[in-house]
Amino acid sequence: MSWFNRQEKGITTPTTEKKDTPNGLWYKTPNGNIIHVRELKNNVYVCPEDNHHARIGSKEYFEILFDNNEYTEIAAEMYAADPLAFTDSKPYSRRIKETQAKSGLKDALRAASGKMSGMEITVACMDFDFIGGSMGAVVGEKIAMAIDHARQHKTPMVIISRSGGARMMEAGFSLMQMAKTSAKLALLAEEGLPYISLMTDPTTGGVTASYAMLGDFNIAEPEALIGFAGPRVIRETIGKDLPKGFQTAEFVQEHGFLDFIVDRRLLKNTLTRLLKLLHN
Amino acid sequence: MLLDFEKPIVELEAKLAEMKKLASQNGMNVEEATMLLEQRIIALKTETYQNLTRWQRVQLSRHADRPYTLDYIEQITDDFIELHGDRNVADDKAMIGGLAAIEGKTFMLIGQQKGRNTKQRQYRNFGMPNPEGYRKALRLMKVAEKFNKPIVTFIDTPGAFPGIEAEERGQGEAIARNLKEMFMLKVPVICIIIGEGASGGALGIAIGDRVFMLENTWYSVISPESCSSILWRSWDYKEQAAEALKLTAPDMMKFNLIDGIIKEPLGGAHTAIPTIAAEVKRVILETCATLEQLTPAQRIEQRIDKFCKMGVVNR
Repeated sequence: MSWFNRQEKGITTPTTEKKDTPNGLWYKTPNGNIIHVRELKNNVYVCPEDNHHARIGSKEYFEILFDNNEYTEIAAEMYAADPLAFTDSKPYSRRIKETQAKSGLKDALRAASGKMSGMEITVACMDFDFIGGSMGAVVGEKIAMAIDHARQHKTPMVIISRSGGARMMEAGFSLMQMAKTSAKLALLAEEGLPYISLMTDPTTGGVTASYAMLGDFNIAEPEALIGFAGPRVIRETIGKDLPKGFQTAEFVQEHGFLDFIVDRRLLKNTLTRLLKLLHN
Repeated sequence: MLLDFEKPIVELEAKLAEMKKLASQNGMNVEEATMLLEQRIIALKTETYQNLTRWQRVQLSRHADRPYTLDYIEQITDDFIELHGDRNVADDKAMIGGLAAIEGKTFMLIGQQKGRNTKQRQYRNFGMPNPEGYRKALRLMKVAEKFNKPIVTFIDTPGAFPGIEAEERGQGEAIARNLKEMFMLKVPVICIIIGEGASGGALGIAIGDRVFMLENTWYSVISPESCSSILWRSWDYKEQAAEALKLTAPDMMKFNLIDGIIKEPLGGAHTAIPTIAAEVKRVILETCATLEQLTPAQRIEQRIDKFCKMGVVNR
């Protein structure tokens, strides 16, 4: 056998299995640090130079949290309907199809159950790449189903938010997802099951004003933008520049609305410790 | 202040008044002419108000003469004691509430309040509550629950206030908490959109066993103007945005996102305030009687189930 024969087949990973990494080979943080994407990935997408937390999605968070990346997805195939036949610059139904093709995602949230450090947990995680992580009926319904799963199997619930708010193209329906998710969280609370809400950059609008702020533990990633109204709207309303650091996770913690801020590299460890303390 | 589509009607009405005045001064018989004119007015009104565009309804919901929360309270209650403050930081003037008697029955009434002139509008912060407004509302709901009094909320807001202090004091948290807590209230909760129902700022007091919209109101996730500016990147598409959002009472009813529509007098609520107030009162009393047939546990379960059914997806 000659030593240069190929022992294994070539690249066999199907396209859908490929890791979603920031575009290009190099990633530049807002502070100007340039880091190789491979290095960024090996550091759970946190730049070691300036601790900038790059925006990642459900795939990465599931990989971070679930042991051996093993989990069972809830309602994986669910996708948006267009009950209003909404059209702005293009029909909503077409926007959905195009975004699905581009992002490889069905909608702006994925939910799954599995083990974290040996403990059963249920996680719902938003994907900002899908129409700005906007909350429509799919996001609301999947969260509702995930909470039902947590109630049924008596697991803690974790929701990871990264969203521009409600999805305008579902108008009244998207508004009512705030109500639906809050109702389900009320039921979860009745069962005495813990709910941890992790807010990441950015978490705004109807998401902040419903499930994101309703955690028994409200936590956030460093420097994440967290607020109800977006900075642009506030600036236009009051006609003044906003103070430095306004609506950052640190600001929100300082004003009493976050329990703590967690570095992504310590996320799994911290959540594990927290749940163990509750469980003991 | 007249809206564009109100002008032709008001002009005809002025003509009619003029004609009647002249006739009575000169002793002329103009009966036939006035009758014709009256018919024309009714026809024009019917024609106009049966074919309102969604944007026109938005305009009516914001009409300068439209009755506000305190107008309804004045019209429908025999007694009212306003209760102030969130017991935390302040008393929000954009959110009012208090105990009231309607036909001898005690209710907790809560609602957003707008102002009628420039000074009042500023005082009421244009009906845009700060977090303390939502916390005040929740405090009053808990008082109602403690003393077993049904709750009625009047929704009329262009949105929760987007300001620095509002963010500092947790606007998102305040609204979120209300949503969650309102689902668990043991007493009947009736919510009525009387003007503008803008997004989370409206929903923050609109989790009820029954949610009604007055005929010429809007309720959606965003105002047509803001929707236009975001999706069309210009403020000029508000009519299209209103159409696309399907934000009127008939739309919301069709989608089962509300429980009923309260019909307004022809020409809108502001043209006959006692009439619309009487209708609102009737709906409150009737609905409350129906809800009181249920146990608190049944009401809570049905309230939760109703909102959990909202949303259309492909599975």
